[in-house]
Amino acid sequence: MAGTNHNGKRPSDSGGGKPSLRFTIPSEYAAGRDVQKQILDGVAANGFNDQSTFAIKLALEEALINAIKHGNKLDPKKTVKIAAKVTPKVCEIEIEDQGPGFSRSDVPDPTLEENIEKCSGRGILLIEAYMDKAKWDLGGRRLKMSKKNAPGK
Amino acid sequence: MSETMPPLSVTTLKDVRIVEFTNSKILDEANIADIGATLNTLIDERPQPKLLLDFATVEHLSSAALGMLINVNNRVKQKNGQLRLANIGPHILEVFVITKLNKLFRIATTRTEALASYNT
Repeated sequence: MAGTNHNGKRPSDSGGGKPSLRFTIPSEYAAGRDVQKQILDGVAANGFNDQSTFAIKLALEEALINAIKHGNKLDPKKTVKIAAKVTPKVCEIEIEDQGPGFSRSDVPDPTLEENIEKCSGRGILLIEAYMDKAKWDLGGRRLKMSKKNAPGK
Repeated sequence: MSETMPPLSVTTLKDVRIVEFTNSKILDEANIADIGATLNTLIDERPQPKLLLDFATVEHLSSAALGMLINVNNRVKQKNGQLRLANIGPHILEVFVITKLNKLFRIATTRTEALASYNT
């Protein structure tokens, strides 16, 4: 379910009025995949290299699943808001859920020996590793992340 | 979202079950559950299962897929079996390195190298 596109200026606008993508979706994986595809279409249209495209795809997948599954707990009454802006230089994404939020420092390090055989808990690590910037605010309910289209990154 | 093609193809060489992923992205939740169920069946059919997962066609995966693979690894270990991963492309290998799962799994460069690494 795609939202409407706006031409509204965003505070982080650096690309001279390129439209941003905005979506409000139900807490369903299929809706998340649709958003992922539309943002990745924008990434492809702006000529991002393979490495950056892989990074954005992976981080977006993890962030949407976190919002839908861990944030909103698949509650059909809750929605996820997504805003994305892609220019040839950078891709910026914001994802906000209606869950209880979380504290980054409470998330255990999945690379430690005592956690390495656990089947979950790697999404945040991957988001932080693959994006240039990733920061949670609103008590952990909103993630702002960005990736530059730079070779070798 | 169900796929028309099954997500795995399984062949056998001596006593090793070789599994190939037939879908380039193993990240869809339903797909991951299917793959996990099929791999568990393969683990259950032998007392000490030998499993080789060939990643040649895999272009993408998510943390949910990693979770499924860890679960498979744990089950293989419980039965004193042997699990090998092979043919992992550079993008996917980086995911294993970042998560340090390259230290948990036995990863071989090629299928031949993986097959040669099983203890009898």
